[in-house]
Amino acid sequence: MTQEAAAPTKKPLLPFIRVPDNFPAEDAYLWGVKCAGCGTQFLGERTACGKCGSTGPFNEVRFSDEGEIYVFSVVHQSAPGIETPYVGAIVDIKDGPAVRANVDGLDPEQPSTSWFGKKVKAYGHKVATDRDGNEVIAVRFKVV
Amino acid sequence: MRDVAVVGANMLKFGRYPDKDVVTLASEAAIAALKDAGVSIRDVEIVVSGNLYQSNAMIGQRIMKEIGATGVPVINVSNACATGSTAFREAWMSVASGAYDVALAVGSEQMGKMGLLGGGGAGDRAYSTEGVMGTGLMPGVFGQAGVEHMRKYGTTQAQFAKVAVKNHEHGVHNPYAQYQKETPLEEVLNARVVSWPNTLYMCCPTGDGAAAVVLMSADKAKQYTTKPVWVGASVLTSDPYSERNPTMFDINTLTKNAAKEAYAKAGIGPEDLSQVELHDCFATAEILHYENLMLCGEGEAGKLIDEGATKIGGRIPVNASGGLLSKGHPLGATGVANIVEIVWHLRDEAGARQVEGSKVGLAHVIGLGSACTINILKK
Repeated sequence: MTQEAAAPTKKPLLPFIRVPDNFPAEDAYLWGVKCAGCGTQFLGERTACGKCGSTGPFNEVRFSDEGEIYVFSVVHQSAPGIETPYVGAIVDIKDGPAVRANVDGLDPEQPSTSWFGKKVKAYGHKVATDRDGNEVIAVRFKVV
Repeated sequence: MRDVAVVGANMLKFGRYPDKDVVTLASEAAIAALKDAGVSIRDVEIVVSGNLYQSNAMIGQRIMKEIGATGVPVINVSNACATGSTAFREAWMSVASGAYDVALAVGSEQMGKMGLLGGGGAGDRAYSTEGVMGTGLMPGVFGQAGVEHMRKYGTTQAQFAKVAVKNHEHGVHNPYAQYQKETPLEEVLNARVVSWPNTLYMCCPTGDGAAAVVLMSADKAKQYTTKPVWVGASVLTSDPYSERNPTMFDINTLTKNAAKEAYAKAGIGPEDLSQVELHDCFATAEILHYENLMLCGEGEAGKLIDEGATKIGGRIPVNASGGLLSKGHPLGATGVANIVEIVWHLRDEAGARQVEGSKVGLAHVIGLGSACTINILKK
């Protein structure tokens, strides 16, 4: 018995990434929610607020593509199959929460405290094709 | 809560035991601790076993089948790197509450050569988030934690590296450590980078190991020993909400909370400590915990390592055992082993690495995700 293969789609690597149907014409972005109770913002959906415990309501927020590097590490040794070195940063999104992200445009051989606070911009890119032929889209940042 | 004493304590040398299974390692440690306490398994009223990677394998009951299945309650505990110390705390509570008089806590782990990087690959998926959406592996996480300290206080890579130099110096005198080798500063800084700013020698080795302690109520303890080691405080915290957690694990707040609570419960301050065994899974972590445990003021940890205050013979010796950097870090065993180390010092049985006149010791462990235990032990 044969099955009609579903048309390949673009899907996000993580639930808090949104990939528009017309990607890459329209870029992928990070989204999340804001607790109406205490105003804390989170990446992606919530069952309840991790800060105040309120069960909602939560208002959806599209996060900015602007941010700045809070801290980083340069990973030289990683799990099998993962290309090194890479700059693994914690990026503070403008008016949003922090996110783990790779940052391009920095020399991994010359890590520097001058990277603190560096302005970065988010962009979506394909990282893999899954077993069903879907393109898997992640978000990373580049130095502005 | 009743007073509780550690009456028996022992551990196996951490390292690689490819020819033994984890139940054998744990059983050997348990028997050694029972022997040290002068009791048999028939005297034990409750058993708590800590093991992380085989947490679903009923290791505690299998230890009992190996060393004497008496039918007493057995609890299996898993709490990341704080697994062993959480097992200790459960055993302590069992006795402190008055429910039992004699408890056995065992921590064990068999990691082989899987390393702390073992869990980070794509597995059977076609892709992973690691290296694509930043890093969540332990070396990266503790690299970032150190870099945050650099950002706040101007701490340097060389200051972090000095932790590895000191702990490896201590480890030379610990026959139970996986590695007994000094690493001068140049060597640490020139070693290959694992996750900046941590180089290879600033990362703890993984391996196999087991450790065990026997705890008793005060009345019972007096029947078995003239050198009881008292549990002044046994505290467990989880990480409260903080701004970037869990995107960036916050290893500081829950340690600070645990320290405050432990000092209050023990009725002492950090200035009363003779020594500390703290969770130096990476060299960067030790610097952070100097401040979290209030061994120095906020932002002063770099200065503390520079001054040599945390060496044996210094103002407040930290990781006289050589720390995880020398001793190794078989996850479930770690938290029990650092209690064993403090017990040995308080009994003046720590050999060439003895902290002279040690009266009060603090054992700290943090498991990412997160769990923090602080146990204060005193003569």
